Amino acid sequence: MPPPDPSPTAVDAGAIAAQVPRLRRYAAALVGNLPDADDLVQDCVEKALANRHALRDGSRLGGWLLSILHNLHVSGLRWRKRRGAEVPVEDLADDLALSAAPADRGEVRDFVRAFGQLSEEHRSILLLTGMEGLSYREAAEVLEVPVGTVMSRLARARERLRVLLDGGEETVVRRIK
Amino acid sequence: MIVGNGAGNGAGRGAPVTEADLHAWLDGELPEDRRDDVERHLADNPDDARRFDRYRAQRAVLGKSFGALLDRPVPDALLRPFAPATVTVLRPKRRMAVWALALAASLLVFLAGGAAGWLAHGWTGNGAGSSAFVADAVAAHRVFVVEVRHPVEVGADQEAHLVGWLSKRLGKPLRAPRLASRGYDLVGGRLLSDAQGPAAQLMYQDAAGRRITLYVRPSTNGSDTSFRFAQDGNVQAFYWRDNGLAWAVTGDLDRVTLSNIAEEVYGALNS
Repeated sequence: MPPPDPSPTAVDAGAIAAQVPRLRRYAAALVGNLPDADDLVQDCVEKALANRHALRDGSRLGGWLLSILHNLHVSGLRWRKRRGAEVPVEDLADDLALSAAPADRGEVRDFVRAFGQLSEEHRSILLLTGMEGLSYREAAEVLEVPVGTVMSRLARARERLRVLLDGGEETVVRRIK
Repeated sequence: MIVGNGAGNGAGRGAPVTEADLHAWLDGELPEDRRDDVERHLADNPDDARRFDRYRAQRAVLGKSFGALLDRPVPDALLRPFAPATVTVLRPKRRMAVWALALAASLLVFLAGGAAGWLAHGWTGNGAGSSAFVADAVAAHRVFVVEVRHPVEVGADQEAHLVGWLSKRLGKPLRAPRLASRGYDLVGGRLLSDAQGPAAQLMYQDAAGRRITLYVRPSTNGSDTSFRFAQDGNVQAFYWRDNGLAWAVTGDLDRVTLSNIAEEVYGALNS
């Protein structure tokens, strides 16, 4: 039997550190504010560092980190519901609007507010596929749901967001396949 | 009302187009042999075409809205988990890995400071704050990099004179580091004054005309520091204190590229 792979490509702390800005972006968009996002990312990073030898394939680091973050978020949601504390998304909307080009400010502010009104499930599926560039299969792995669920959830999330942004009547997506 | 018909992704050419097909098409996950069917469906169903145009626009605004978060300095609390392996590096070695340098720099720098603007903080020691120093460096950068006719007082063709003159005025032996390995050549330099007294600016330019500046002034109070990072709009700066001088390397460059240049400067000054 060959000796255990000393994994020259094993994930090092630097590779995880390099993902921190991306994780923060995802977490802030998901939870709607930076302080909670940073708490979540910090927990995620600590867990990832502690378990980094479990990841054999360094090329899957991004998805693996998002999985950890997702699981922490879901368990944290239960905790936060009990606590009942919510930081309004308004601050993030204003903050991001200020970072945008002047011509885009109104659009960005409206978008972030509308996005904040979506459910957590809808936010995460839109972010994973639309911002993180995950395939349906990769998103399904991160969320631990079947690919079909990813697709139907994505369809509903897009339509819900469209109505929030554009107004009008929601096109009912009952079954998507 | 859109109701799918159960055909799904596995359907072959010619099968009715479902909502799932349309989303798969938008996401680049549609099998090649279904594309014609979907595009024909969209041509025949302007309501669906409009709706999917909106979905596509949504995705673009999503990236635009949250993309700015990528450039936010990371608070040091968030980098603390990495500290045991990297925090001991106070004087970066020349050949240190880029990420380690970036980490060593960022570990000591970042403090969440609000939406935008200066995030520099915690210059050890009292007196002249680092924020003021790096703000002066960035202000001088902004003023002179746009200068076409008189970017410098003394050009690189008189480098010996330039360095001798600035050394004398700053009361410290200066050098103009070579940055040719990073693609930047010395344009020249100028003497400036800020609240602390004399300061010098050296300007470098690459083949594409991009300019970076080195800002240096004597630093009598306080010990040497590691790299720190600050950002103001599109301009970023790495700055540190070494051997009685405070240095800032400033440019409109991404952080990794700029940190490489700062490393080069630091190495040249300590070789």
